[in-house]
Amino acid sequence: MRHIISILMENEAGALSRVAGLFSARGYNIESLTVAPTEDVTLSRMTLVTRGSEEIIEQITKQLNKLIDVVKLMDLVEGPHVERELMLIKVKTSGAGAREEIMRLAEIFRGNVIDVTPTTYTIELTGNAEKLDAFIVALDKIPIMETVRSGVSAISRGAKALHI
Amino acid sequence: MKLTGAEILTHFLADEGVEHIFGYPGGAVLHIYDALHNQDRLKHILVRHEQAATHAADAYARSTGKPGVVLVTSGPGATNAVTGVATAYMDSIPMVVITGQVPTNLIGNDAFQEVDSVGITRPCVKHNFLVKDVNDLAMVLKKAFYIATTGRPGPVVVDIPKDVTAAVANYKHPKQIEMRSYNPVVKGHPGQIKRAVKMMESAKRPMIYSGGGVILDDASKALTELAHLLGCPVTNTTMGLGGFPASDRQFVGMLGMHGTYEANMAISNCDVMIAIGARFDDRVTGNIEKFAPKAKIIHVDIDPASISKNVKVDVPIVGSVNNVLKAMIKQLKADDFKPDPEVLEKWWSQIEKWRAKQCLKYKTEGESIKPQYAVETLHKVTGGDAFITSDVGQHQMWAAQYYGFDKPRRWINSGGLGTMGFGLPAAMGVQIAHPKAEVACITGEGSIQMNIQELSTCLQYDLPIKIVCLNNGYLGMVRQWQEFFYDNRYAHSYMESLPDFVKLAESYGHVGIQVERMADVEGAMQEAFKLKDRLVFLNILTDPTENVYPMVPAGAGLDEMILI
Ligand SMILES: Cc1ncc(C[n+]2csc(CCOP(=O)(O)OP(=O)(O)O)c2C)c(N)n1
Repeated sequence: MRHIISILMENEAGALSRVAGLFSARGYNIESLTVAPTEDVTLSRMTLVTRGSEEIIEQITKQLNKLIDVVKLMDLVEGPHVERELMLIKVKTSGAGAREEIMRLAEIFRGNVIDVTPTTYTIELTGNAEKLDAFIVALDKIPIMETVRSGVSAISRGAKALHI
Repeated sequence: MKLTGAEILTHFLADEGVEHIFGYPGGAVLHIYDALHNQDRLKHILVRHEQAATHAADAYARSTGKPGVVLVTSGPGATNAVTGVATAYMDSIPMVVITGQVPTNLIGNDAFQEVDSVGITRPCVKHNFLVKDVNDLAMVLKKAFYIATTGRPGPVVVDIPKDVTAAVANYKHPKQIEMRSYNPVVKGHPGQIKRAVKMMESAKRPMIYSGGGVILDDASKALTELAHLLGCPVTNTTMGLGGFPASDRQFVGMLGMHGTYEANMAISNCDVMIAIGARFDDRVTGNIEKFAPKAKIIHVDIDPASISKNVKVDVPIVGSVNNVLKAMIKQLKADDFKPDPEVLEKWWSQIEKWRAKQCLKYKTEGESIKPQYAVETLHKVTGGDAFITSDVGQHQMWAAQYYGFDKPRRWINSGGLGTMGFGLPAAMGVQIAHPKAEVACITGEGSIQMNIQELSTCLQYDLPIKIVCLNNGYLGMVRQWQEFFYDNRYAHSYMESLPDFVKLAESYGHVGIQVERMADVEGAMQEAFKLKDRLVFLNILTDPTENVYPMVPAGAGLDEMILI
């Protein structure tokens, strides 16, 4: 099963490599991983998407908790939560009617065109992973030059929060 | 007080109560060595190889409970230390390793003697630090000691660039430390402890399986009391030997791959297993599907990640072993628990039948010296009261099986990593911590050559270690597996061109004794231990074909062991 593990950790040099190293050393897989400081700059928040049986996820959370830099963590999949991913996608606008088609698709998906040149558009889109995938499929024949995805960010719904 | 980084380090270590450091100098740590030269609170032991420094500090910790401290230079000094760091990590030994680093402005430049020590050691430390600002140094060191010695102990590496050791800062010994990200659980959950005690009280065939956690947490007294209250059999892992007295009738020996028949059969047939400070290592469980199939399992460990990692348990209890054991004893006493003698008797009569097989009996006919006999004789000559370090191989298993440890912290071996070359430097660490005690290193002619250079250190510091080399002319444990599983194809397990160990010992300034006949073993050992202030190398030529029995072959269950 897919799990989203949110981790609050000390904003220390090397903290990220400890998490990455743990996953590679113990053979756990990482589907995506994002990390950035929180409103408290001494803390980073990491969102890690992984898959595994209940036993493996239990080990993963225990092993993560054992890392000295990890302050707190939570498996968001255990409760209601919202997840979002940001995608920046650069496409060619050369074909006849391509510009109108791209604008129309971006509108349907509630994306924004954030950069324009005579031959390219760059679109910004947020949503869950399926929505971003669907947009790529919808682009169909329009040539994609570049895709950048942030990986999943997620937060629990309601009053529940991961904080110290 | 304004001090240089190097002085902060030496002051801090002394203020923290450190007495001995094991180390080896080099460019990146020259300021530190200079600071060591100008003080007299710390004693520095100069080894001959950085690996030996780590093993010596590690064994110093194992035999005392105090953290071991190592100081090595950058680059090759640090990489040489890695084996010892990994060894300590696998056995959860508290140790602080200071590595020198190139100056901060050169980090990342492939500077002379630069390695990424923090990166290299990351997977085999409990934690590590790179200190970039001299103002952080004292606090980082405080954290290092705190992390190394609390919770599930382990090695911590502190990497200090050369310029940081020269820079000046204010120093005050930090008395206290708090870390929001690190708060090991000490007290066990009372509800879980109650559940566990209920389970013990209703058990028909209870069994205690205890490991290194009991030694690390100084919990042997509590363990012994619990075992006596329950009246049940006790088995120890290789790391746990001495946690329960081997001479106690309730002790059924070590379990696992080379465990006793009675221990492995009892594990396979018990209905309640109380696992204490042990981690269900694959050398212990054999085929995990067949491990303790009839048992409900209670597992006490300080490390939540050790619980239900390999074997699903019924009552997990996270907490310090000593604490939890005491709480269990209190509960049993409050319940006024007495085991039903009839039920217990039935269980014991079964165990006695297994014991009657005498699985550790060995053949004594013939001229050649039986290694088992040598270990038993060592026990006799030392009154069973020596500190025994060992290397890795057959001799290690014979030491574990035949010495019979009655006290904790007396049996010092690399159980988790299985590091050949551990024995001699470990004996140095023990002897330095216990100058008056008898210390013997049981080794093989293969292992001893992996840190033989330390004979020189032993001379410099007058360490009267007794080296008991069970010289079978083979990498015996490798040869045994080749005999069993590779049709006697002895690929590179025969040690040709061995040195003359007696002359070698003598050339290092020690005493060497060659022993070739069964009848001479005891006399030679007595002679060796009479030389109270000399290191003696006993080169005991043992039966080259002897194997370690019993044995659970890979993939088999514990009840499918090969007896002799
Ligand atoms: C550093 C290291 N290299 C290799 C091994 C694999 N190994 C395990 S036991 C053994 C043989 C040890 O031979 P010896 O020290 O002579 O002891 P014996 O088994 O003969 O008692 C070897 C090579 C090891 N444990 N450690």
